[in-house]
Amino acid sequence: MQQRSHSRGRIAAAAIATAVVLTGCSSGGSSADIADSAPKKLEGTVSLWHFFSDREADVIQGVIDDFEEANPGVTVDVHSGQDDEKVRKVIASGGDIDVALSYSTAVVGNFCSTGAFQDLGPYIERDNVDMGEFSDTVKSYSEYEGTRCAMPVLADVNALYYNKDILDEAGVTEIPTTLEGLEELALELTEYNDDGSIKRLGFNPFMGMYENSPAHFGPAVGGQWLNDEGYSAIGSDEGWPVLMEWQKDFVDTIGYDKLQAFTAGLGQEFSANNAFHTGQLAMVVDGEYRTAFIDDQAPDLNYGTAPFPTAKGYEDLYGAGYIVGNIAGIAKGSKHPELAWALLKYLSTDTDALVKMANGLKNVPTTTSALESPDLEVTEQYQTFIDIALNPKTTTTPPSPVGAGYEQAFGDYWTKYQAGDGGDLAKGLAEVDKQINDSIDLVSGP
Amino acid sequence: MTIAPPRRAPGRAAALPGSPGPRSRKPRRVFAAVMLTPALLGLVIFFVYPLIASVYFSFTRYDLVSDPEWIGWRNYEYLFTKDPKVWTAALNTLWFVVFLTPTKIVTALCVAGLLARAKRAAGFWRTLFYLPALVPPVASVVSFVFLFNPGTGPVNQILSFFGIDGPLWFNDPSLAKPSLLLLGIWVMGDIMVIFLAALLDVPTEQYEAASLDGANGAQKVRYVTLPNIVPVLIFALITGIIAALQYFTEAAVASGVASGKATVGEGTGMTLGYPNGSLLTFTEWLYVRGFANYQLGYASALAVLLFVVAAVFLVLLLRKVSAFNPESRS
Repeated sequence: MQQRSHSRGRIAAAAIATAVVLTGCSSGGSSADIADSAPKKLEGTVSLWHFFSDREADVIQGVIDDFEEANPGVTVDVHSGQDDEKVRKVIASGGDIDVALSYSTAVVGNFCSTGAFQDLGPYIERDNVDMGEFSDTVKSYSEYEGTRCAMPVLADVNALYYNKDILDEAGVTEIPTTLEGLEELALELTEYNDDGSIKRLGFNPFMGMYENSPAHFGPAVGGQWLNDEGYSAIGSDEGWPVLMEWQKDFVDTIGYDKLQAFTAGLGQEFSANNAFHTGQLAMVVDGEYRTAFIDDQAPDLNYGTAPFPTAKGYEDLYGAGYIVGNIAGIAKGSKHPELAWALLKYLSTDTDALVKMANGLKNVPTTTSALESPDLEVTEQYQTFIDIALNPKTTTTPPSPVGAGYEQAFGDYWTKYQAGDGGDLAKGLAEVDKQINDSIDLVSGP
Repeated sequence: MTIAPPRRAPGRAAALPGSPGPRSRKPRRVFAAVMLTPALLGLVIFFVYPLIASVYFSFTRYDLVSDPEWIGWRNYEYLFTKDPKVWTAALNTLWFVVFLTPTKIVTALCVAGLLARAKRAAGFWRTLFYLPALVPPVASVVSFVFLFNPGTGPVNQILSFFGIDGPLWFNDPSLAKPSLLLLGIWVMGDIMVIFLAALLDVPTEQYEAASLDGANGAQKVRYVTLPNIVPVLIFALITGIIAALQYFTEAAVASGVASGKATVGEGTGMTLGYPNGSLLTFTEWLYVRGFANYQLGYASALAVLLFVVAAVFLVLLLRKVSAFNPESRS
């Protein structure tokens, strides 16, 4: 019996050892030593993984075609429609991936700290890339703890959309610049059915609806997310409670149940039935890409855009907003790092390429040269987003080792708070801090 | 009453006259081993190894890209003392185990019972009730959420025709899970068809004998039908519980569509649990922590806990079942 238990122990130990050995076989190595100067002629095949699909993938392919034409010896092996999760698995398993283009800055903290994306510092220094072309905010969301492992490639900017016909009908000529003004106008534009249910909303304050999120409302008070140590600053920030109390009061003024019922009946955000397209919402907060959706799905909609209003006491922030964007990096274990860097540099800094992508995707370029390029197709509505992108007070959500986990924790609490289940706001936000910090410690703590 | 088979005396088994001896059994054993090898390899590669690896990862800080770092019990300590949503997710999952599995089984059994008695157009009715099970889960959830959309869905429009103010269904935290229960009932065809086969397999002589003994309908079900279909019931219960513990797709798609932000890829994790965490299941939370928060070590701890809970469920269930199984009592 004892012999059998020894034998079982040996088998278990061997199994665990095998598992440890096998699981420890993740691909290693980060940025290798690079040549003193960039190669004069580029040759070979470089792989690019990106998340775009269909029409948007065609736009990227157009830029890739230009790159191949400018570098006759280079072939780009494009893998479209690949999300971050897939990219991470391929990098971890040592797959054939040189450049990865991600839709989310949430990966930056993890990809930089783990080396999934190589440190680009040596390449940038060697090739004298002018990082002054990017705003400080854009630079901040594409690096982590001093390591620049990603380059920005276009951005999404949020602003207020308003239906001009509805506002004209109400005789409104001024777009509100304060949250109080927004609420006042929204209530004025709201219409009810005979049974008391909402027929049309001036502005839907319901957290979680479409693009209503802490990140997109946050610029109204310059809300801080993380402190210098990388831990949550939400509970100690003076702006967030101001914003949350305003939003909760607004919800209560209309009625939580009425708002919930109205919101539940709205069409899908990324469909032709979007409530702003159909006129069920007179004003919404949304990204610049909405202009492309409107052109495609509701070309007759008469609309305008403006910066999102600010809270009382934060008027100096008016004109700024929220910016976040696509980022790209060289994958750990890239077999063609020089080719990868050449492609990455082209995608992130070449003005013609950025303008071509921005015109095709209706995203905001990330370099000053591209933003000021005469070739950039700018409509009256789109200009608002460019102005916000250039505003030095425009903010973003900082990279963190838990990705967007801190945004989710805050959003979950806000959702409870607006429903009246959040209890004391200060205590609730302190609990949010604790949840975020515990989660960060689990990933990167001592 | 059960007569036990004669027990063989301990020691080496004696070969029966005419049966193959040990030498002739050897090639058969080799043949059996060869035939079993693919299945055993599959078991080792796709179950034993991942299981051992998951247990190991659950004691590490791991993000898939960098090497795992041993942190002892810290993931488990966080799981049981600090995780803000794990108990919400566990309770939601338990709800599906307790309500979805039995409801689906009872409904499927009742429908199968009716279909087994159908005299006319039996094939048509069987096909009709089985058809929803052929619809891919994502498509069926999307359809259901649209049908039950409080603003534009036909269900509430029909209710309003009768003067009833329809509820918010998938958008109401208290009704989101029951709404998925309705979906579960609608797609019960896969179990129903197995029950139907089992019911049609019950010997009619037993019903006739019961009738002669004066048994009424309920007694026939209790003493003839149920004992005959017990193995199928156990199968449905076990697979149902495991499926409920792993409930993911239906809840995730329902949350995404009902929130109005149905997307593929980008931001998928942000809508999981909508509305207000009422549809957040254990496996969804595991997914969020592993793939959205880059905490694969912690996600492994959640997976190990789920495995242990599922194993305990099954052991308890099988013990309980064996207590009612006359053959195993002997």
